[in-house]
Amino acid sequence: MLDINSNVDQLIEQYKTLPGGLLPLLHAVKEAVGYVPESAVAPIAKGLNLSRAEVHGVISFYHDFNTHPVGRHTVQICRAEACQSMGSRDIEAHAKQSLGIDYGETTTDGLVTLEPVYCLGNCACSPSVRINDDIHARVDRSRFDELMEELSHASPDAFGVNS
Amino acid sequence: MSLQIFVPQDTTALALGAEKVASALIQGAQKLGLDIEITRNGSRGMFWLEPLMEVETETGRIGFGPVNTANVESILSVLNSDSVETKAMEHPLYLGEVSDIEYLSKQQRLTFKRSGIADPTCIESYQHQEGFSGLAKALTMTGQDIVDELKNSGLRGRGGAAFPAGIKWQTVLDTPGEQKYIVCNADEGDSGTFADRLLMESDPYQLIEGMTIAGLAVGANQGYIYLRSEYPVAHKILNLTIERAIKAGFLGANVCDSGKDFFLEVRLGAGAYICGEETSLLESLEGKRGMVRAKPPLPAIEGLFGKPTVVNNVLTLGAVASILEQGSDTYKNFGMGRSRGTLAVQLAGNVKRGGLIELAFGVTLREVVDNFGQGTFSGRPIRAIQMGGPLGAFLPESQWDTPLDYEAFAAIKAMIGHGGIVVFDDTVDMAAQARFAMEFCVIESCGKCTPCRIGSTRGVEVIDRIVANEDRDNNLILLHDLCDTMELGSLCAMGGMTPFPVRSALTYFEEDFGISSRRDH
Repeated sequence: MLDINSNVDQLIEQYKTLPGGLLPLLHAVKEAVGYVPESAVAPIAKGLNLSRAEVHGVISFYHDFNTHPVGRHTVQICRAEACQSMGSRDIEAHAKQSLGIDYGETTTDGLVTLEPVYCLGNCACSPSVRINDDIHARVDRSRFDELMEELSHASPDAFGVNS
Repeated sequence: MSLQIFVPQDTTALALGAEKVASALIQGAQKLGLDIEITRNGSRGMFWLEPLMEVETETGRIGFGPVNTANVESILSVLNSDSVETKAMEHPLYLGEVSDIEYLSKQQRLTFKRSGIADPTCIESYQHQEGFSGLAKALTMTGQDIVDELKNSGLRGRGGAAFPAGIKWQTVLDTPGEQKYIVCNADEGDSGTFADRLLMESDPYQLIEGMTIAGLAVGANQGYIYLRSEYPVAHKILNLTIERAIKAGFLGANVCDSGKDFFLEVRLGAGAYICGEETSLLESLEGKRGMVRAKPPLPAIEGLFGKPTVVNNVLTLGAVASILEQGSDTYKNFGMGRSRGTLAVQLAGNVKRGGLIELAFGVTLREVVDNFGQGTFSGRPIRAIQMGGPLGAFLPESQWDTPLDYEAFAAIKAMIGHGGIVVFDDTVDMAAQARFAMEFCVIESCGKCTPCRIGSTRGVEVIDRIVANEDRDNNLILLHDLCDTMELGSLCAMGGMTPFPVRSALTYFEEDFGISSRRDH
């Protein structure tokens, strides 16, 4: 916890004078900690001269800012129309069933957090799934299983942009 | 000299395994002792052929696609032979000269003319392809001259609202202010659209150039690209190219020794569709909740941090660079009616050959879908087409002969929007799509207007009741009434246009709601 707080304090110093710096700061906190902890709200509010309500309001407005720890890998399934036209509703159902979790939940082994996403801009080769920073095209049930299988064998650092 | 090979690095190519293809090529070539050099180019936008690998030969650039790692060995053996051109023709993935592929050669590429040709991050390649010549011209002009050039081009905002760009710029130019801003709306959230992403990933300097020209025109020295966080590849490429443009003197302090400054920064969104609406975007850039602002005041007068601000879409600002380079008359000569220039059509969803198709306005929806798309991916008949993203109407076959023109689409209560076309085959359940339109509004509404925030939730419930045949007639009246309230009582297009897909689904595909005799018991 101490680590998290000193991390956050450092980031606040870095971003507090940036015009409109709250979103970049929250992204940086998420990057460093993995989520935006409740304990970060008060120091961020103080550092940026905002009320805690304002900071909380921003965190809760955006889908990206989780307030609880997430799994080692974030798996997002595109729910938007182009992916629907190619069967993403089936992929959603399959993912939830095979992982045994719903959207916003993490598998019990802490490996995967499942989230919905609304368009990854890969709409000519739907359905799309994003795993961390990698996007995968034309994902069907068996491709999804393969991807999950790869995750269970990979080290957490092995995933950058399409490594 | 080593053999020049191109493997794209855009999101779609990567999502289809381009990275693995590139490493397999390197390994395979090493094994054969074949001297190759791989350039990671942008994508041509022919996504059904990705990963599309290109090879420079004496007669031109030939293509193979879609390539996966299993094909690499056979392609390399072609390239290792004495007569590459003849052997290549025998390969099943051979596509011929890439620029001759009809999908590409039938387009009128202005904004996307450089897409996929070179390494998008290479500033020298950009300059070799007339890059920064629009900026060079702009530097010799007054702000008013640049704005006049833009007005004469007839360019309208490509984000969806289609407002004349020159008039917006004129307002910002005419508004006195020490500090003005150029904001690029790169929050491309509409499903079925990827043109902004493709431009940022395949020709990013064009956007940088267009924004710099905008800064010169209206007297702004700071620009922001508000990029959605769903685009990690574009994020990386934009940051890298901005850095390189600053180093090369095209951006930052004293642009091209003109004594004028233009600073540019990428800001990431955080997964909120509503932030594609310009006032919500400005709030978000200021570090706040993305709540829509009432207009007036217009952002051109009181925009970012209360200062005069140009907010334009990626494609609008990209087009600016080519308009300045080639002249506004050239641009204006494309198109029909009041829709001048070209439209970046994005063909997506259940389609055999999806991709980016840049065409002069005026071609019909059917021509695009038939000639370029060539049917559905599933092979089944097309049933509905949604144009213009999640707030666009579902179009039945009787409307597919509508020409792509802002006014023609408005006349049928549909919209071109950002140019995305999503094709659905005959397995689609249109009641489920109408329900999703309302559900999406529930999830993404900023919450400012009651009809949007609450109306969408009630809309989901009412559609459920209609489908379940609970007091269907009265619930249909209620749904139309609700749609009226949302259309008339919302500040922005989120609540105001969510009824478009809902009503079009109801009007043209009523049998899916259990309404017609076909499915009624």
